[in-house]
Amino acid sequence: MNKREVVFTVNGETRRVLVEPRRTLADTLREECGLTGTHLGCEHGVCGACTVLVDGQPTRSCLMFGVQAEGASIRTVEGLAAPDGTLNPLQRAFWENHGLQCGYCTPGFLMLATWLLERPTPLDEEELRHVLSSNLCRCTGYQNILAAVRAAARELDRWTESAPA
Amino acid sequence: MKPAAFDYFAPRNLDEAVALLAKHGEDGRVLAGGQSLVPTMAFRMARPAVLVDINRIEGLGHLSAQEGQLRIGALARHAHFESAVTPGPLGALLARVVRHIAHPPIRMRGTFCGSLAHADPASEWCATTLALGGTLVLRSAGADTREVAARDWFQGVFTTAIRPGEMLVEVRLPVLGPEWSCGFAEFSRRAGDFALAMAVCALRLDRGLIREASIALGGLGGRPVLALEAAATLLGQVPSAEAASAAAEAAAAHCDPHSDVHAPAEYRRDLVRAMARRALAQAGVA
Ligand SMILES: Cc1cc2nc3c(=O)[nH]c(=O)nc-3n(C[C@H](O)[C@H](O)[C@H](O)COP(=O)(O)OP(=O)(O)OC[C@H]3O[C@@H](n4cnc5c(N)ncnc54)[C@H](O)[C@@H]3O)c2cc1C
Ligand code: FES
Ligand code: FES
Repeated sequence: MNKREVVFTVNGETRRVLVEPRRTLADTLREECGLTGTHLGCEHGVCGACTVLVDGQPTRSCLMFGVQAEGASIRTVEGLAAPDGTLNPLQRAFWENHGLQCGYCTPGFLMLATWLLERPTPLDEEELRHVLSSNLCRCTGYQNILAAVRAAARELDRWTESAPA
Repeated sequence: MKPAAFDYFAPRNLDEAVALLAKHGEDGRVLAGGQSLVPTMAFRMARPAVLVDINRIEGLGHLSAQEGQLRIGALARHAHFESAVTPGPLGALLARVVRHIAHPPIRMRGTFCGSLAHADPASEWCATTLALGGTLVLRSAGADTREVAARDWFQGVFTTAIRPGEMLVEVRLPVLGPEWSCGFAEFSRRAGDFALAMAVCALRLDRGLIREASIALGGLGGRPVLALEAAATLLGQVPSAEAASAAAEAAAAHCDPHSDVHAPAEYRRDLVRAMARRALAQAGVA
């Protein structure tokens, strides 16, 4: 089972794991690192539930192998709240806007939106919809997810009204 | 939904990569963005014994215009095309096209060359490269580089002219001057889905008349195709709504769309007509 040693950081903490090359990054995070906040929906790149940030970029962690993460810095949903559990503005906006029901898709949406809100360019409605269409949600009908990210963007001063059509 | 076991190599340079591909022959596969290969491995439709991960090779991410050619290296990601990579009609066309490929996270990893190697019938980059008459540059161990014209590259669904042991190192597209105008349109059911039909066109105008025209169609089920009859109807014409309609009719009449669970052939034929007209309208023929 030729396992390989791989070293990367997750939410700032160094992780040294032994994985088979066929182990996806998602399974590596869940099984080897015990970080089960990253969810697997489809395991073939369609749903986005497994989205994490790899070196700052939103990545389907089911479409990358753990061995490919050598040297990478990874951020997962476990890294969003403060150590005492206080939700960050984006998480709070999901709570306040009913941006989740069952919560299965939520970690993926949170990481995708984290990237969106950290980008240097301000966010407008068109770009919000274009980017959030990357991920699937079985429950909410999306409107409350959009409302949550919009609210967080306003709070963080990242929102810009689109020019009227 | 877990890939089968394989041996993994992450070479640091191109020579090492092609040596590995030569050694493992049919058992070896290049791993580029992984955005098509990993899903097919998860479904066990592909079970390569060896993966040669090219992501750690320096100098493959180039994207530069030289001597009239845009050179697109094997690690140039889809997302790099979102803002124009070269001034003029070519950069604008590529920036328009890329918004239709999957979603932002997939575009950050997936590569232009990976799309050409994978040759999905609905690949936007494949149809675009065909329409523009691009060239593919291949490397293999101990051999000179081989060049293949886009029209000879696509052989069928997921099938290309690549030979065992070869790696696609670069795709070249002609940089288009201001006398060219281009258009792209596709139809898919949801944002980011593979298209049911698409059309790409490039036209050269001289003193108000269309002097060169190329139209490629994709998403029809087989390989991407040139709509030769449609392009021929445009030559010598003044750009007009009538000229666009005639070309779109010819594109629909001469194409050979497949039926599948996503759409029957006749629906795809209607879409070809509409997409060809939209692409031509973008290029100023309306
Ligand atoms: C949900 C989803 C939606 C998508 N939607 C679209 C879409 O709308 N349009 C579209 O075009 N694509 C779409 N894709 C596919 C995506 O664009 C892929 O990035 C692309 O098809 C392959 O590029 P890659 O770099 O990821 O290649 P990989 O997945 O790494 O490789 C694909 C194949 O090409 C071979 N290969 C790759 N690079 C080379 C090379 N340099 N030399 C030789 N062989 C090579 C591999 O061995 C493999 O067989 C989608 C993917 C997903 C997951
Ligand atoms: S589990 Fe990765 S995209 Fe669905
Ligand atoms: S909240 Fe249930 S899938 Fe999105």
